[in-house]
Amino acid sequence: MSDILRIEKLTRNFGGLAAVSNVDLRLGEGELVGLIGPNGAGKTTVFNLLTGVYPPSSGTIAFTRDAQELSLGGRKPNVVCRAGVGRTFQNIRLFKDLTVLENVEIALQQNHRYSLAASFFRLPPFARTEAAVREESMELLALMGLAEKAEEQARNLPYGDQRHLEIARALATRPTLLLLDEPAAGMNPAETAELTGLISRLRTEFGLTILLIEHDMSLVMKICERIYVLDHGVVIASGTPAEVRANPRVIEAYLGEEA
Amino acid sequence: MTGKPMVRTLLTQGVPLLALYVVVLAGLNLGLIDDYLMATIATLCINIVLAVSLNLITGFTGQFSLGHAGFMAIGAYATGLITIAMPTVLGFIVGLLVGGLLSALVGFLIGLPTLRLRGDYLAIATLGLAEIIRIVLNNLEFTNGAAGLAGIPQLMDWNWFFILTVGSVILIRNFLRSRHGRDAIAVREDEIAAESIGVDTTRAKVLSFTVGAFFGGLAGGMYASYFYFIKPDTFGFLKSIDILVIVVLGGLGSLSGSVIAAILLAIISTVLQQFTELRMILYALLLVIIMVFRPQGLMGSREISLKVFGSLFKRKPAEPGEAR
Repeated sequence: MSDILRIEKLTRNFGGLAAVSNVDLRLGEGELVGLIGPNGAGKTTVFNLLTGVYPPSSGTIAFTRDAQELSLGGRKPNVVCRAGVGRTFQNIRLFKDLTVLENVEIALQQNHRYSLAASFFRLPPFARTEAAVREESMELLALMGLAEKAEEQARNLPYGDQRHLEIARALATRPTLLLLDEPAAGMNPAETAELTGLISRLRTEFGLTILLIEHDMSLVMKICERIYVLDHGVVIASGTPAEVRANPRVIEAYLGEEA
Repeated sequence: MTGKPMVRTLLTQGVPLLALYVVVLAGLNLGLIDDYLMATIATLCINIVLAVSLNLITGFTGQFSLGHAGFMAIGAYATGLITIAMPTVLGFIVGLLVGGLLSALVGFLIGLPTLRLRGDYLAIATLGLAEIIRIVLNNLEFTNGAAGLAGIPQLMDWNWFFILTVGSVILIRNFLRSRHGRDAIAVREDEIAAESIGVDTTRAKVLSFTVGAFFGGLAGGMYASYFYFIKPDTFGFLKSIDILVIVVLGGLGSLSGSVIAAILLAIISTVLQQFTELRMILYALLLVIIMVFRPQGLMGSREISLKVFGSLFKRKPAEPGEAR
């Protein structure tokens, strides 16, 4: 199994605080890996460094697609996205005033270009491309169970649907690596169970490699093949769910010293 | 777009517009519209183009610009100088195009460095830019300095106003309902999310700004050619604010709002002509009252098309994605 992502000695300082320091992490193609840790451990910072929201202070991020290796550290988010890394956000970031369909279309249209003249004058490429974008977006929405809500404003969706829409929007960018930041946050057990099934299904259907940040341990333990545990910006443990669960440093980080 | 919606668009939007065109044309020919009223109509049309183009930048792309009058000045002087040298319809068309393109170029050059940054740097930069343009025009010899350009051939008439105003609104609307426009709106909605799904946000912002600058320049050309006298002070800071007032009043992110607000303000200032002394106070007071009761602007970010009439003809529900 070849690596799709190799992170080496990744460090990010904010002023005097090392939010992430010397993190090594690798993802094999097709793997589903969990990234867990207490609040403030630096999990989301790792995602933000990966996707170019801010540049790393030091360290390397190597992403491989079609046997081509690309260094992601310090690239702009849209470049990272087009390279094949999709993501969702911990605090959902939808285009709330736009419709469900438009949310997905904006992501999808990045792979469907037509000229500025075609925009202004509604030339044939405009109609053709728009129809294709709409059709593909609707297919994706159908897959996520959102087809009937295509014309609703994103802000009016129930919370769980908003999470689903964010995943649909990330998938519309056609990623090979998907970063999910707490997709089950705020969901009830039934919704979480449904999400668990969905993640597994999408993984096979789209041939995805997934890195998952999640606080719901039952979800993480159930679907992740390997887990990295982050605490105070440092990887304190990694391995299979069983290994991680038994690791005394992990128990200490989660439950405090006296446990 | 298939045949049926196109026919409906023609019926619901084309027919009322054509009627408007014919009514004004008839009014002009029958002498019912005097010079004063025509000047009001001219101002109204120019304000619509200005407001719609600024709304593209500020309302739809979310980039605060305080220098729209600067683009208007570039377009006005370009059209003025070119038509003085070449007082023909061809010269007029060339003048408008050169004015628009020159504005777009200046917009592009100022937008590229400032729009790379997040935040309201554009507001400061455009504020400065408009002042620089005004001062340069004040001091250049071939623009005749502070005295301004007089004797510009009056090539604008109602036909041109109709074509240019309706044309500008349609082109900007088409832009907004394309992938380019959706990218711009995504930037307004959430810049970080937009980047994360592959939108080149700098490109989207610069593109909107450049297109908005083009139409700002075009409006300037319309102004110069109709009012045949321009001076740098016409395009001062207050003019930029006037345009912004129309945009905010109509609703940030609503093209029809900008059109309605431009019409409403034209009516209000015409009615207020009789109160010479109190005119500006009443005008300001009305604005305050409207903003207190409609802080999101008259239309918010919604659009009306003439769909109200359309529903009389159609059988199936409105086309998806048309209303927002």
